[in-house]
Amino acid sequence: MQNHPVYTDNDPQTEYSTLNLGPTHPATHGVFQNVLQMDGERIVSGVSTIGYIHRAFEKIAEHRPFYQITPLTDRLNYCSSPINNMGWHMTVEKLLDIQMPKRVDYMRVIIMELARIADHIICNGVLGVDTGAFTGFLYMMEHREEIYEIYEEICGSRLTTNIGRIGGFERNFNPIAFAKIKKFLVRFPVVLREFEALFNRNRIFVDRTKDVAAVTAADALSYSWSGPILRATGVDYDVRAMEPYSSYEDFDFEVPVGENGDVYSRFLVRNEEMWQSLRIIEQALAKIEKEPTDIFHADVPAFYLPPKEEVYNNMEALIYHFKIVMGEVDTPNAEVYHAVEGANGELGFYLINDGGRSPYRLHFRRPSFINYQMYAPMSKGMLLSDAIINMSSLNVIAGELDA
Amino acid sequence: MAKISNEELLQRLNDNFAGQVTQTGADFGLLTVEANKENINEVLSFLKTDDVLQFIYLTDLTAVHYPELEKQIVVVYHLHSLTTNTRIRIKVGLTLEDLHIPTASAIWDGANWMERETYDFFGVIFDGHPDLRRILNVDDMTVFPMRKEFPLEDPNRVDKKDYFFGR
Repeated sequence: MQNHPVYTDNDPQTEYSTLNLGPTHPATHGVFQNVLQMDGERIVSGVSTIGYIHRAFEKIAEHRPFYQITPLTDRLNYCSSPINNMGWHMTVEKLLDIQMPKRVDYMRVIIMELARIADHIICNGVLGVDTGAFTGFLYMMEHREEIYEIYEEICGSRLTTNIGRIGGFERNFNPIAFAKIKKFLVRFPVVLREFEALFNRNRIFVDRTKDVAAVTAADALSYSWSGPILRATGVDYDVRAMEPYSSYEDFDFEVPVGENGDVYSRFLVRNEEMWQSLRIIEQALAKIEKEPTDIFHADVPAFYLPPKEEVYNNMEALIYHFKIVMGEVDTPNAEVYHAVEGANGELGFYLINDGGRSPYRLHFRRPSFINYQMYAPMSKGMLLSDAIINMSSLNVIAGELDA
Repeated sequence: MAKISNEELLQRLNDNFAGQVTQTGADFGLLTVEANKENINEVLSFLKTDDVLQFIYLTDLTAVHYPELEKQIVVVYHLHSLTTNTRIRIKVGLTLEDLHIPTASAIWDGANWMERETYDFFGVIFDGHPDLRRILNVDDMTVFPMRKEFPLEDPNRVDKKDYFFGR
């Protein structure tokens, strides 16, 4: 607030009006506050206030063993928590120098790409809602439900998934999970095609989104943007392609890029990414069939929590369980930065380990936090209704913004 | 373009900043160098504008607190050269008495909020920053909570003492 001039008289002819957009406005899809100076419908300047759901995850992480940090990562971008979970597991595995069997890598790829689709369904669906087209959102939502049912089959939970363990998965995918994934691969493309037919050449939608909030590649890079919104400006930076993790190098997929960096390009890039994710999942399913069916974790007893029935019946498993839970396993003294391509961009984990039970320092490079800071500067001169759809297309998730 | 090797990267830094930028590690192949607060902005500008290196992307900016060191607060920059797909980590140590460091927000717009976050949690003062306020915590907070001496929980709580867990 202190950045704005204070006006004393109330003459709308000569002064700007102040508008509080948020923190709890239905159009902002989360706890975001922007104090805007308005000249009629046009935004003159704005100041973003964030931190409403700050939960001090980085501080908490310094007091938790590695395996208890996974549930914290769930709550960063809660629209695609499996990507965060996998990113964290892979960070620790990189630190401990654990190699995953190929089958585990492919299982992870399936989960991460499903999560990416779920996230993009929400983002693009809600963009439709904000421009006045509710139908697409409802069509797509049914299939996010299908993805959540796949999560349920794999790990038992839906939103904050806590999928997997350090060293692999806690259990194998069951046949029902595979059946549901295959069913999704058949049913979803039909709806996605319908969704694209509904929006891509829709006059009203194109008029509302084209050339709105256009960002140049230079600006986007200067603001450290990443993910679909950076690719919409024409920069083909995708962590999956640049620094493949979890065997992404085995897959044949394209990195879609846009041209203008406007809301419409972002919409198209996200849609195309869903098609690419479907391609990746199909390839992963084919690859999994060639791998031995009973492998779902690496053979690292010192770091992988053993199943409970083993703990109760097997001496070694009990010892390892005790050592892992009590933090008596030696870990290397090292610093590691590991990045994964989250649904919103480069999700990085900067982990400093001193050999103790919990990280010495853990920093999350959160794409939403970094992407959101251009929001207020880029809103200058924009119409209020355009600023709303700009926020939807940035897909800022409050949990990831505030950590 | 191919990835720049750590030796070449270090060589180029040494050519321009003889003796002032030293390697402190290369964990998992990621070159880590230490600069100082006098030359950090020159180092960052050089890395960004050099024709070969082109570290145009500021991936991350944060800090770490090491209470046992003389320079307790270490500011950490992660840069990424997108054309060569090379990463580098740069560290600058600061003493608690003098937590001033020049801002990088003139080099990258994106450094603005990352520096505000670092100020918010560690109290590092970025000289020349356009709007150095707290960002995630409340404005009237008086402590810097990510420093190690700040407790996670109320230290007067007794129900979570080790005694109750047989430790």
